[in-house]
Amino acid sequence: MSEGIVYWLQQALNALQLGSIYALIALGYTMVYGILTMINFAHGDVFMIGAFFCFLAAVYLGLPFVPTLLLTMLGAALVGVMIERLAYKPLRHAPRVSAIITALGIGIFLENFTLALAPYPKNIPPLLENVTWDLGGVSLSSLQVIIIFLSLGLMFVLDYVVHRTPVGIAMRAISWDKTFVPLMGVPLDLIISVTFAIGAGLAGAAGTMYGLAYPVIDPYMGIMVGWKAFISAVVGGIGNIRGAMIGAFILGGVEIMVTAFFPSTYRDFVAFTLLLLLIVVRPYGILGQPRTQKV
Amino acid sequence: MALLVATRVKHYFGGLCAVADFNLELQSGELVGVIGPNGAGKTTIFNLITGVYRASEGSIRLRDIELVGKTPHQITALRVGRTFQNIRLFRDLSVLDNVRIAHYAQVRYSPLEALLHLGRYRREEERIIENSRRLLSIFKLEHLAGETAKNLPYGSQRRLEIARALAIDPELLLLDEPAAGMNPNEIDQLMEFIQWIRREFQLTILLIEHQMKLVMGICERIKVLDFGETLAEGPPEAIQNDPKVLEAYLGEGPVG
Amino acid sequence: MKTMRNAGWEWLMAQRWLLPVLIAVGFVLAFAIPEYNLLNKYVQLVMMYVGINIILTVSLNLVNGYMGEFSLAHAGFMAVGAYTAALLTQKVLPVAAYPGLFPLAVLAGGLMAALLGLIVAVPSFKVRGDYLAIITLAFLMIVKSVIENIDYIGGPRGIPGIKRLTTLPWVFFWTVVSIWVVRNFVYSKYGRGVLSIREDEIASDLMSVNTRRVKFLAFMVSSFFAGIAGALFAHLLQFISPRVFDIIKTTDVLIMVYLGGIASIAGSIIGATVYTVLLELLRPSTVAAMLGWLPAVVFDPLNEYFIRHLGVWRMVIMPLALVLVMIFAPRGIMGLREFRWFIPRRDLDAHRRPTVHGGSHGAARSH
Repeated sequence: MSEGIVYWLQQALNALQLGSIYALIALGYTMVYGILTMINFAHGDVFMIGAFFCFLAAVYLGLPFVPTLLLTMLGAALVGVMIERLAYKPLRHAPRVSAIITALGIGIFLENFTLALAPYPKNIPPLLENVTWDLGGVSLSSLQVIIIFLSLGLMFVLDYVVHRTPVGIAMRAISWDKTFVPLMGVPLDLIISVTFAIGAGLAGAAGTMYGLAYPVIDPYMGIMVGWKAFISAVVGGIGNIRGAMIGAFILGGVEIMVTAFFPSTYRDFVAFTLLLLLIVVRPYGILGQPRTQKV
Repeated sequence: MALLVATRVKHYFGGLCAVADFNLELQSGELVGVIGPNGAGKTTIFNLITGVYRASEGSIRLRDIELVGKTPHQITALRVGRTFQNIRLFRDLSVLDNVRIAHYAQVRYSPLEALLHLGRYRREEERIIENSRRLLSIFKLEHLAGETAKNLPYGSQRRLEIARALAIDPELLLLDEPAAGMNPNEIDQLMEFIQWIRREFQLTILLIEHQMKLVMGICERIKVLDFGETLAEGPPEAIQNDPKVLEAYLGEGPVG
Repeated sequence: MKTMRNAGWEWLMAQRWLLPVLIAVGFVLAFAIPEYNLLNKYVQLVMMYVGINIILTVSLNLVNGYMGEFSLAHAGFMAVGAYTAALLTQKVLPVAAYPGLFPLAVLAGGLMAALLGLIVAVPSFKVRGDYLAIITLAFLMIVKSVIENIDYIGGPRGIPGIKRLTTLPWVFFWTVVSIWVVRNFVYSKYGRGVLSIREDEIASDLMSVNTRRVKFLAFMVSSFFAGIAGALFAHLLQFISPRVFDIIKTTDVLIMVYLGGIASIAGSIIGATVYTVLLELLRPSTVAAMLGWLPAVVFDPLNEYFIRHLGVWRMVIMPLALVLVMIFAPRGIMGLREFRWFIPRRDLDAHRRPTVHGGSHGAARSH
């Protein structure tokens, strides 16, 4: 293969890996927005908590990959539900701004709480044997394959759950109407908790995979990754699950392209400029529907 | 001279036609009612006149000034006041401030004078406080000037909304279901009151109403809308006996 | 007993001439304290931080409290003010020879920030709530990113060795100016327009309020003072870098705004003061000094575990406090209320009942 093609294939692969992680986190943002029209600003920090759970399970419990992943997802889901019950539920009828501030507060709390317990960056041990294959110049690691396929797998499961199961139908019904749907016997609080649990669980999975790909973790790692995932959700159309996945891969691609051509310090600049332009041009994203305001 | 002339106004929401072909000529000093079943496009017409929506087609002219394309505050500054079907007061603000805010276009001082409380600021503020209190006293709300708007009883809120609309110093007043939620006794009072403010403030009034008693009692001319189209137009007696209207709108029960 | 206390308070509140007297006394003290070292250097430093934080809080309250929008861009405006002023004093103005040029640099910082405020106001015409939060955050990130990528102004390393030109009198002066200007703005047709936008933007437009103009003005005034605060901050800290002005800085100001109370100048002053002083009090050294009288058996283990880690734990406690405030007092300490001395007498009188005995309702304003 020519050098150019090899280079681009390599970059595409990197974009796919980055996009997978963004997508898993973006799903949490978009699901919570879909059901509560609220941006869970603490979600990026749940991802960080996931990475730390992964560290705890791998180092202190000495667990192998699969139990570590499951335990991390479970732990993150629990944290997500706790946040919802303790911090957001009391504010469900308060002005929107209160919920945004609370979410920001919870995010800072999670960061500093983790910092208080773990003042120094931690190293996640290699849980999987990493084999690198050379495919005609393109290097492909087993870790990349696992990250990409595991993410895609989780996304398909989620897509199935949301579109084909009673819980998913209830979620979508509540996202349409929170007054009358509960009157038809849909347990509102339970469904909201389940939504948070799934979103946080996926963020936990993303934390594990991120930790495997970039083993040094610290309490502030969730801020920027979280925002990138959030941008992905907006790009795809916030509230739209398939949109979040598409948006994540687009953003992953754009970021890899920027770092390929410019100094890496331009990456955030481009990502946020993209967000700004998009909000001006198409605020409801690629797959989202414009919401009309009643006068 | 006609105050307001709407010609061939059409409006679509997405693909849905809300107003099909609306025409209206309102003479200065007239009191005209718009009736029609729910979803007939009545409130949409108010929103088109006041610039909340931009008409898809057609023209709306006020004293020969084209309103289509203007923003709500520009249109309001041309002396068009309105109330809302579901009361939209500034709920957390004081009764006085609700009325003072509506003076915005009439207050003449620059941002710099506002930031420094200098120049015309003092005189203008005193002027609008005086005018606001005058309006409040007309509506028997003066003793509540410092009260938060949301704490007022329903009837007082309705009156405050009209007072606020009058603070704009309108020539044309649009009343959106002023009698909503009132009992027959209150409606009688309201009818008298509307007649009175019309004389006192030399208003031209366009009103939307479901209460036939009110519409038939005070309007000089009535326009019947159905599915965005004009079904009939004329004086109350003619409307009451129009077979088309009876069939489409009044058919089910007695008038009033 | 209660009525007597109220009568005393009423009497005090009626003595409006006390406010200018207090400001004059404040100025004298602001000059005297550093001149004669009436308080130690650390307390003076904390006082200056309190002043700067009051400027930041009052100005952010204009957009986030009075207007009810949600802007996260404040640290960005602060950065613009700080960098503009620092570059002027470092590279352009001969402040070493003429210290009188410092206020010019501060003013330039404020004006630059105000200019940017105009740009940020534009998206607020179309979107609000979460989306405006995102746009303003993106703006903050872009400002930070741009600074990081310009080598001339130090890039990610920032500007070290800025002259310490911020003094107690200057902080006091700008604090008074910002409070006075924001108060004047709030009690004008534009300020009432701002309040009506929070209540119901469409109704506001239909009541003849030029909402775009009002938003432009509110963002401009707000970002102007954020820029002023940034300029003062830079010449106090003597070092700035893009990292100083990140989302954490904005969050600090947000906490002060919502703790003190939305749409209230008094609330902003209280919020900024309480938060700044509390954070200082929770410093390990301060707590250790305060608990020094405890017997060694108690003090030593406390010192070992709790006090030593307090530096981090206070940043855990603060966001939790914010969440609790949001849940139990969503409008903050003074939300939608005002200290009566700040309300123009004309407005107070206008809200009274028309009876001879002016009905007054404590220190509360009716909106």
